[in-house]
Amino acid sequence: MTAPTDTAVQRSAGPAPDAMVPRPFRVVGNRQDTRDTVTLTLEPVGGRRLGHEPGQFTMLSAFGVGEVPISISSPVSGPLEHTVRDVGGVTHTLVQAREGSMLGVRGPFGTGWRAGDGRGGDVVFVAGGIGLAPLRPAVLEVLADRDAYGRVVLLYGTRTPDEVLYGRELEQWQQHGVDVEVIVDYGPPSWHGRVGLVTKLVPRGGFDPERTLALVCGPEVMMRFVAIALTDRGVAAGRIRLSMERSMVCGIGLCGHCQLRELFVCADGPVFDYDRLVPLLDLREV
Amino acid sequence: MRTIEQLLPDHPFFTGLEEPELRLVSGCATNVHFHPGEFLFKQGGSAERFFIVRHGSVAIEVHSAERGTVVIDTVGDGEVIGFSWLVPPYRYVFDGRAVVETSAVAFDGTCLRGKCEDDPRLGYALMQRVSSVMYERMQAARVRMLDMYGSPRDRAH
Repeated sequence: MTAPTDTAVQRSAGPAPDAMVPRPFRVVGNRQDTRDTVTLTLEPVGGRRLGHEPGQFTMLSAFGVGEVPISISSPVSGPLEHTVRDVGGVTHTLVQAREGSMLGVRGPFGTGWRAGDGRGGDVVFVAGGIGLAPLRPAVLEVLADRDAYGRVVLLYGTRTPDEVLYGRELEQWQQHGVDVEVIVDYGPPSWHGRVGLVTKLVPRGGFDPERTLALVCGPEVMMRFVAIALTDRGVAAGRIRLSMERSMVCGIGLCGHCQLRELFVCADGPVFDYDRLVPLLDLREV
Repeated sequence: MRTIEQLLPDHPFFTGLEEPELRLVSGCATNVHFHPGEFLFKQGGSAERFFIVRHGSVAIEVHSAERGTVVIDTVGDGEVIGFSWLVPPYRYVFDGRAVVETSAVAFDGTCLRGKCEDDPRLGYALMQRVSSVMYERMQAARVRMLDMYGSPRDRAH
């Protein structure tokens, strides 16, 4: 019999006994962010707050329709927020949830960004599309203690200017010491910002690679190229963290739907150090 | 005021070129400035020049009846634009428009091609630089073809 791995030992500590039981949450806000994306604000029925770390996710359910993994987009101190994109049956129901309606929440699950590891150095956030949502609580965590960090840079790529998330908030972050650079895939002539792939921003991003912690979230293909661009720039693979997305179902490392070889993305991730992922990112099957 | 020969070594595109080579390419160059909205070149026009951007931003655009004008790339400080000078029939395939006040160095394509023919060492050095930029842009274009930020719903239609 082989010795259990660290990962298995961590998992064997086990989830809370009620981890599979959704808690009822009431929708207290539904803000339209873009054409197909809304941010839901949720309040626990019965009072007990969720409590989460930036980077974690919940299993969010529309009763009678289904359950999906959604990253938490709110800061640790605020009410629970989920930014949801209408991409399928369950999310279509979720984005239509009106104030007063009830949703189910399991979690929080998974690992966090641990942005505090970047104290004393530079922090670069690289987001693609809705990947900005899971990074938002980490950005806010850094901003809450801004003086503890050097340069703080957000490189954000999205499809078109109309699909930029949290537009007003990006301006506030800029005013509070985050160098925000937005780049879009395509723009109208009235767009005065950058057009191209987000990797284009990495070589000239104003951060010192030798003292940088990089937190990356977006489509997996984008993250792969961003990680390469960051290492080319001189950021150590162990100082780059990616948030992976797989088909999370149980959320507690039991069902195996989100398995990435020996890793369970829901329990060992979703946030991983890049050096741990390098041999796994090119796998077509596990 | 610095001469073009003095400016070029500071530009990333020319990093590593020796002084005699810099002197050769400088002979084909002029300083140019564009106001917002001015075109550096237009689609279908004879590709007589290529540019290194010193300060500013240039949009690479394409126009179609269905979608109007779409910006497909932007080029900023320290980047280069206008590779059509290198490949027959030397014709621009997109528009290049200054987005903000833009300072650049413009190179006469015919002049540069002549110097590359005469001095293969210079030609090889320039080809290495041009192909490196073209490779980067081709990779970026391929990744963007995936429409990776697009919704699965949009892709299904």
